[in-house]
Amino acid sequence: MSRDYFRVLVVNLATGKGKVVKMDGRDRHLGGSGLAAALFKKYGHVDKAWTEPSQPLIFTIGPLTGYFPLMSKTVCSFKSPYHDQYAESHAGGRSALSLRFAGYDGLVIIGRAPALSCLIIGSRQLELKDVHYMKGIDLQKSGKMLRKMIGGAGHRSILRIGPAGENLLPMACITVDTYRHFGRLGGGAVMGAKNLKAVAILGDGIFDLPEGKTYRNLFEAVYQQLTTTDMMDKYHNLGTPVNVAILNGLKALPIRNLQQTTDPDIEGISGETFANDTLLRNTACAGCPVGCIHIGFVREKFMEPNQYLYRQISYDHEPIFATGSMLGMTNAFKVLAIIDMVEKMGLDVMSAGVALAWATEALARGVISEKETLVPLKFGDADGYKEAILHLGSMSNDFYRLLGQGTMKAVEHYGGEDFACVLGQEMAGYATGEVFFTSQALGFRHSHLDAGGYSYDQKQKDKDPQKAVEFLLKDEQGRVLLTSMVSCLFAREIYKEQLLAECLNCLGYRYLADNMNEVAQHIQKMRWQLRLASGFDPRGVKIPKRFKEIITWKGEIDENYLNTLQKEYGKRIVELGRAEED
Amino acid sequence: MKKAKILTTPHMERCIGCHSCSLACARLVYKKLSWDTAGIRIVSSGGLSTGFEAKSCLACDPAPCALACPTGAFSQRRGGGVLVKRKLCIQCGDCAEACPVDAIYLAPTWEPFVCIHCGQCVAFCPHHCLEMVEMSLGAAPAAEGKEVAS
Repeated sequence: MSRDYFRVLVVNLATGKGKVVKMDGRDRHLGGSGLAAALFKKYGHVDKAWTEPSQPLIFTIGPLTGYFPLMSKTVCSFKSPYHDQYAESHAGGRSALSLRFAGYDGLVIIGRAPALSCLIIGSRQLELKDVHYMKGIDLQKSGKMLRKMIGGAGHRSILRIGPAGENLLPMACITVDTYRHFGRLGGGAVMGAKNLKAVAILGDGIFDLPEGKTYRNLFEAVYQQLTTTDMMDKYHNLGTPVNVAILNGLKALPIRNLQQTTDPDIEGISGETFANDTLLRNTACAGCPVGCIHIGFVREKFMEPNQYLYRQISYDHEPIFATGSMLGMTNAFKVLAIIDMVEKMGLDVMSAGVALAWATEALARGVISEKETLVPLKFGDADGYKEAILHLGSMSNDFYRLLGQGTMKAVEHYGGEDFACVLGQEMAGYATGEVFFTSQALGFRHSHLDAGGYSYDQKQKDKDPQKAVEFLLKDEQGRVLLTSMVSCLFAREIYKEQLLAECLNCLGYRYLADNMNEVAQHIQKMRWQLRLASGFDPRGVKIPKRFKEIITWKGEIDENYLNTLQKEYGKRIVELGRAEED
Repeated sequence: MKKAKILTTPHMERCIGCHSCSLACARLVYKKLSWDTAGIRIVSSGGLSTGFEAKSCLACDPAPCALACPTGAFSQRRGGGVLVKRKLCIQCGDCAEACPVDAIYLAPTWEPFVCIHCGQCVAFCPHHCLEMVEMSLGAAPAAEGKEVAS
């Protein structure tokens, strides 16, 4: 069913009605990141605030979604509550295949529902359901309620928000199918502003496949490569938490608000410890045989004698770094207990953990007091952090209201900028050096996944800013291509250009197969154009002093190199975004 | 004695919910891109935290769906399950109604989709949840799994 156009469902929450829109531009915008940007250009407003009901919340998939393994991610785009600029966030779960099987390349949600609501869409369904009685209900409980309300078990995706999203906190995430998240830059608050507790996508459509053996054989070849070679072992085995011990060994793991980069006690939260002591099982995004989602457990004694309850919690490197090493935790179960609380509130775990690390140091330094934190925050005190996360998601006082808007918002009010671990948004779990810090601080999503800066830091010994910036731009372009398909970036070593061209060709996308680089360049420019038009100025981005004070395996950070990288990368981003685009 | 093979799902505790088996069935047997038009369908057994179960044909003999079919589109397969002759199907839905384990999917047109025990899905399960088991013709279907009740 390859289409030379996009089939998009546009739903207005104010009326509860939708419209199926046929949109041209497949050969120009591809899908995923490209389609999301094109849809924002059509339906969004760079000059209006993110809270305006007319601003769209956009979900898109790509031409290969569902047709090939690991083409299993969804792009979500919106005007970010975090900085009021155009933003993207990515997630998997069953969202991508559900959208594919619902028959849409994109879903655009505009307007604001009159009451807290759940939007249900499928190939033969569109309904806006009033769920006002779910107000304030945590994510885990609301998940159980929604599952009973909506049909299609197993073949649907449920996207939902918790109290943080309902409170419009820019640190709120959208949780997808319990264990995955559109985590960063505040998608949860966008749903909250739209009075949208949940979106359920029913994947109940049936589509024809290409005739002949070409598609079938190519699918099998890709599948074999994924499952019979060691290319995906890292993700299937320990998963991303394998990075914890590696980075700790490199002196590149952010610990205790980045006061340290290595600690012998980190073994207590290494990927190996999580697997040996806490791992219950793996699970997968739909359409991916790798199964990189690792599920651990929290066990709580709630009553004597010996009365316990348990909950299952997914873990990855980033949540372990943010709520573990950054908060001084050296026990895997305590980390899971903190993640559990973050999940309940519907917060972005990276932002929440890193913000509380700042708050802990700010409290110790007397920048803030317990009047603000309400809890005596101390590195290593899991119970204190669990309580603080409850306050953060519930916006218990002005301090938590400000902190929930981002650490820098709290810094503006209370001070303490020097030790705020913020690179555009709260940092990711890599203290590898100058190129990564520049990449996250200025990158499109302020994400470690924008470009492989952390890898560049580890592989390249020279300090050539031009070369490093060329790498970041080129690597971003390659990743934009993948996030427009929309592939899981864990498959980036498999889905090289030749294979992508074969996949596109056998589905009938011949122009795209022959012009991938040109299309990726266009999408890269279009995204930056939107970002700059909505207010981003790379020259205004600050890299706090803490990042310049650390010691890694390479020694001290070279501040001159870092400053030059930042200037050069910023200049190139402005040039990219300035280019005229249709 | 002549043998027939049937698809069994003895190790669903290992399932990661990737849907590779049902997507393979839809792709290879029914030439469709779909979660539904498949002889094996994976559902979460009460939310993702409780794991997954497979909806697939248990290879009944006699098969209630074949007995219910008014046109002979479904007939008894030797060794268990059904043989399907799609040209004879009048899309009445009686087969799906008769199935005690919801193993038959009815498309919106009421066209039925059921496991034909071809085994093409088995190779696509990364955790070896599925197995083809040889049945002595005329014997009772194999029990699910090899676990022993305690």
